[in-house]
Amino acid sequence: MTQAGWIIMSLAVGGMTFLAGWCTLKVIFTPSASEHLHSQADEPPDVHDEDE
Amino acid sequence: MNELQNQPRENWNSRIGVILAVMGSAVGLGNFLRFPGQVIQHGGGTFMIPYICAFLLLGIPIAWSEWAMGRRGGRLGYNSPPGIFRAVTGKDSGAFLGLFPVITPVMIYMYYVCVEGWCLGYAIYYLFGRSPGGAEDGVEATGQFFSQFAGATGNGTLFEAGATSPTLWFIIACFVLNFFLIYRGLTKGIEWFCKLAMPALFVCAVIILLRVLTLTPEATGGEHTVTEGLGFMWNPVQPGTSFWETLGDSSVWLAAAGQVFFSTSVAFGLIVTYASYVRSDDDVALSSLTAASGNGFCEVALGGLMIVPAAFMFLGPAFRETSGTFSAGFQALPYVFEQMAYGDLFGFIFFFLLFLAAVTSSLSMLQPAIALFEEGLGLKRRASVTLLGFITAVGASFVAYFSKGMFALDTFDFWAAQVFVLMMAIAQVILFGWVLNFKEGIEEIKRGAEMKLPRILPFVLRYITPVYLIAVFVLWIYQNLISPKEGSRIAALTEGTGLYCLYFILGIIAFFSLIIAQSITRWRKKEAQQ
Repeated sequence: MTQAGWIIMSLAVGGMTFLAGWCTLKVIFTPSASEHLHSQADEPPDVHDEDE
Repeated sequence: MNELQNQPRENWNSRIGVILAVMGSAVGLGNFLRFPGQVIQHGGGTFMIPYICAFLLLGIPIAWSEWAMGRRGGRLGYNSPPGIFRAVTGKDSGAFLGLFPVITPVMIYMYYVCVEGWCLGYAIYYLFGRSPGGAEDGVEATGQFFSQFAGATGNGTLFEAGATSPTLWFIIACFVLNFFLIYRGLTKGIEWFCKLAMPALFVCAVIILLRVLTLTPEATGGEHTVTEGLGFMWNPVQPGTSFWETLGDSSVWLAAAGQVFFSTSVAFGLIVTYASYVRSDDDVALSSLTAASGNGFCEVALGGLMIVPAAFMFLGPAFRETSGTFSAGFQALPYVFEQMAYGDLFGFIFFFLLFLAAVTSSLSMLQPAIALFEEGLGLKRRASVTLLGFITAVGASFVAYFSKGMFALDTFDFWAAQVFVLMMAIAQVILFGWVLNFKEGIEEIKRGAEMKLPRILPFVLRYITPVYLIAVFVLWIYQNLISPKEGSRIAALTEGTGLYCLYFILGIIAFFSLIIAQSITRWRKKEAQQ
């Protein structure tokens, strides 16, 4: 593997890992995130209905 | 357009759930099989430059606009792409913009469920210690086994064996699993499954990655090291080409854009549908970026480090000949697992990983049509699942029957996953940037956002992305329709199996156009009553 190969691989893999990691941490640790848990309807409205 | 907020609607149960569901819809076979092949066929590490450009200038901006339009459509009471586009444009004709976002995933599902069945089949073969293909005879033997397993040797070969064809049973099992989960609904079906499957998928991928990166020439019985395998994929200067020559090749830019589209699922109608179930005050900016970057991580950091080095260590540079999506996964890798210590175990983990990735993707393909049947025709869940089940069963049987050289699969993939998606992406970007109120659109992305959006985003969404997309589309038309290297795709539709495919695709388009027309009538009546 050439030096340029190492650089490109490190930048690509490192960049994607950093971005995904940053987003995941922000989703988990943003204080208001937990307020966004909703369950207006936990199941489809008609899942127990008999089809007419 | 009246807001229909008072109707009982489904919502995602948790934010993690929606992110994993969108990420699951994006993470699929494209990440683990297609991406490595694209890299080594298009200049190695150099490919990453157009790839990153496409990711930043096409993938992420289009995903943001889709999330925003989807959430707005959901706020206006609609969950199906036709309903959402009618609502956001405020015109009945806008509903027909939702035609391709409904039929594209349905058509892709018809062949994707077959591939899903192959993955399940291979996983089960490895689980019970039956390596597919007797790979000790070489990579040709695994290729022959796969051709027979997938029915590529002739039309109808899978059906000739009838009830004794294991491939058909694996496909049926996947089909039933998908519809069972869809029937359970958004939270108890899709979200529940993705919350289990995505972490399991990551664990499987990490296990395979660790195994690959710790392989030694002694263990493989070959002369190549893992570093050489990584170099085979990531070195920017590949034999016979230079860095600048590759970068100046338009087909490399086209392949990179295609990979980003295929991988991130933008313009497939999936994101816009899923986003419509997000509540109006919920963040979409960070959720969208998390899903896209999670998908990118799976593709670059996991897919990019596992397949090629492993295959290169066992096969050497000859792997380039089998680096296509299916040949890499079902021909080269079974040979690798056969040669590897504990190959059955790692083979099972790898194909189970592909199976999970495929199911989380195929599930999302059904939701746009289900939503259309429910809100457009007023069908209950059971009826809509039955109707879509019938349509997709006919389509999947068509693909499984016309399997010689995988012609039907390839044709559906070409028209749905390339032509329709590119056309829809251009339509969506122009709609968002130029037809709808652009400022309101940007505000919609910012609404509830838990991250700061780049200042350059409005400029990118309005100018760069449409120009980039149109350039890609023109280039694509030239390469695939005007001056095709592998025979004309249009001519292929004029005879034999191609003609059947054409009739089938036109039938699907006509059927869903009628459904949308009927839905518009129903929505008008409903709004008149309110």
